[in-house]
Amino acid sequence: MPEALEATVKDGTPVAPDAQVKAADAAKAEKPRSLWSDAWHDLRRNPLFVVSAILIVFLLTMSAFPGLFTSADPRHADLAKHYLQKPNWGNLFAEDWFGYDVQGRSIYARVIYGARASIAVGVLVTLLVTVIGTVTGMLAGYFGGWIDTLLSRVTDIFFGIPFILGAMVVLTSFEQRHVWVVILALAFLGWTQIARVARGSVITIKQADYVMAAKALGASTSRILLRHILPNAIAPVIVVATIALGGYISAEATLSFLGIGLEAPTVSWGVDISSGQEQLRNAAYVLIIPSIMVSITVLAFIMLGDAVRNALDPKLR
Amino acid sequence: MGRYVARRLLQMIPVFIGSTLLVFLMMYALPGDPVRALAGEQAVDQAQIAQMKKDLGLDLPIWQQYWNYLTGLFQGDFGTQIATQRPVAEVIGDAFPITVRLALFAFAFTAIVGIAMGVLAGLKADTFRDRGLLVVTLLLISVPSFVLGFLAQYFFAHQLGWVEPNVSALAESHELILPAVVLGSLSLAYVARLTRTSVAENLRSDYMRTAVAKGLPRRRIVGVHLMRNSMIPVVTFLGTDIGTLMGGAVVTEGIFNVQGVGYAVFGALKSREGSTVVGIVTLIVVVYLVASLLVDLLYAVLDPRIRYA
Repeated sequence: MPEALEATVKDGTPVAPDAQVKAADAAKAEKPRSLWSDAWHDLRRNPLFVVSAILIVFLLTMSAFPGLFTSADPRHADLAKHYLQKPNWGNLFAEDWFGYDVQGRSIYARVIYGARASIAVGVLVTLLVTVIGTVTGMLAGYFGGWIDTLLSRVTDIFFGIPFILGAMVVLTSFEQRHVWVVILALAFLGWTQIARVARGSVITIKQADYVMAAKALGASTSRILLRHILPNAIAPVIVVATIALGGYISAEATLSFLGIGLEAPTVSWGVDISSGQEQLRNAAYVLIIPSIMVSITVLAFIMLGDAVRNALDPKLR
Repeated sequence: MGRYVARRLLQMIPVFIGSTLLVFLMMYALPGDPVRALAGEQAVDQAQIAQMKKDLGLDLPIWQQYWNYLTGLFQGDFGTQIATQRPVAEVIGDAFPITVRLALFAFAFTAIVGIAMGVLAGLKADTFRDRGLLVVTLLLISVPSFVLGFLAQYFFAHQLGWVEPNVSALAESHELILPAVVLGSLSLAYVARLTRTSVAENLRSDYMRTAVAKGLPRRRIVGVHLMRNSMIPVVTFLGTDIGTLMGGAVVTEGIFNVQGVGYAVFGALKSREGSTVVGIVTLIVVVYLVASLLVDLLYAVLDPRIRYA
C-alpha cells in the first residue's frame, strides 16, 4: 500500500479532497514494487540496518568534519604530556579524554582525525574494485567463449595470490606511501571476488525473457548490457561490495600495522595501532583505542552488508 | 574421474605461470634494488654495482630474467639469496614447515569449532543461542586479526602468564596453539555462519521430513542426512581457506614472532630479495590451487549426484 494512502487510512480523519486526489494518484501508480523499493521497505524496518546506518553517517561526518568533534590538533606533540600520564576518562570529549601517546599527542584528537584516512581507503577501494570487477565480470559472463576463458583465467591468477601478502609486495616498492598508493595497491589485488560474483549473476540474467525480448527488438549490445543486464545483475555485487568495504578498512590497518601501509605524518588508525604496540605492556590503551575504532567501523559496514543481503535475497524472505 | 583430474591439472598451468609472472613483475618491475640495498646507506661504486648485477643476471631484460627463473624453478632451483648467499630452497625449507603447521592447526580449529558452532546454532535457528552465535561471529569478523593477536598476547602472556609472548625459534607445537587460534578466528566466524545457514535451510527439506517420518534415530538424521547435505558450501569455503590461512599467517607470525614464511617474506621484502619472495608466494599459490582441486573432488563424495566426466 502506498505511503500516502496508508497514512490517511490510519489516521482515521476525514480525507481532505486534495488528499483524496493524491491517494487516487498513488493508487493509480500502484504496481508491483521493484526489487529496490521492496528492499528499501524491508531495510527501514530492520534494526540492524538502522543502527549501522546511524554509525556510518556518524563516521562519515567525523571524517569529513573532524573539527566538529575536537579542537585539539592531532599532530601537536607535547612531550610533557607523555603517555605515562594516565587518560582522564571522566573528561568526556576533551583533549585528554583518552590520554596521550608516546610523543604526547592527544589520542582523542588522533582517533577523530584518523577516521578520514581509514574511511577514504575503504570507500575508494570499494568503488574502484566494484567498477573493475563489474566490468570484467559482465564482459566475461555476457560474451562467454574465449573472452570468458581469458578473463576468468586472469581472475584466477589474481584470486590465487594471498591478499595481504600481495599488497605487501606491491607496497614495499614505494618509497612514499600516501593514501593513493595504498588505495591503488588494494584495488589492484582486490577486484576478483566481485568479478566472479558479477559473472555468475550476469550468466543467470542473460537468459531472462526480457533480455531476449530486447535482443529481438534490435537493441544494441551496449544498451542491453547497461539498461537491461546491469540493473538486474548488480544486487549481489552491492552486497559483496558492502561487506568487503569493512575488510578493506581492516586491511589498511593491518598493512599500516606491519609498517608497509600508510605512514606518518598521515594520521590513521593503522599508523597509531602500529606505534602503540611498543607500549603494549605499560599503556595498552594507546593501542586498544584506535583498534576499537577500526573494529566499530568494520562492524558497521558488515552489519550494513548483512542487512542489505537479507533485504535483497528473496530466498531469505 | 581420471580425465577430469588431468584436465584440471592442465588448467592449473596457465594460472601457475600467470601468478608467478605477476609476482615476479611486482617484485622486479617496481622500484627497489637488491644490490643497492646490500650496501645500505653507504656510498658505493657504480661500476661495482653494475658488475654485481651482471654476475647475478639482473641486467638482463625482465622477460629474460623471468624465463631464467622459471626454467630454474622447473629444475627445482629456487635461486640464491643475494645478501646471505643461502639457497632460497633452504630458506623455504626452514620456514615453510613452521607455517604449514601453524596453518594446519588454525585449519583444524576453524573446521572443528566452526562446524560445531554452526550446527548448534542452525539446529535451533532464531533462538537465543542462535542470536548469541551471530553476535560472536560478527565480533570476530569486525576485530582485525592483528588486534585480536595483541589482545590475546596481552591477556594470556602479559597478564595471566599462561604462555610466553614470543614463540621460540623451534616453534614447538604447543607454542603454536595460541597463534593458530588467533589466525583461525576470522575463518571460524565464516565457517560457523555458513554452516548455520546451510543447516537451517536443509532442516526444512523434504528428505529430512522423510527421515524423521521413517523413525530414524536422531543421531543418524543429524549426523548423516543433515550433515552430509549441509557440508557442500562449507567444504568449498574450507578449501580456499587453506591458502588464505597461509597468506594471513604473515600477520600472526609478526605478532608472536614465529619464524615461518611470513617472517622470511618480511625480511626478503626489506632487502628486495626477489627470488625468495616469488618462491614463497608461488608455493602458497600452489597450495591454494591443489586445495581447490581437492575440494572439487570432495563434492562427489558428499553428493553422489555429482559425477566427473
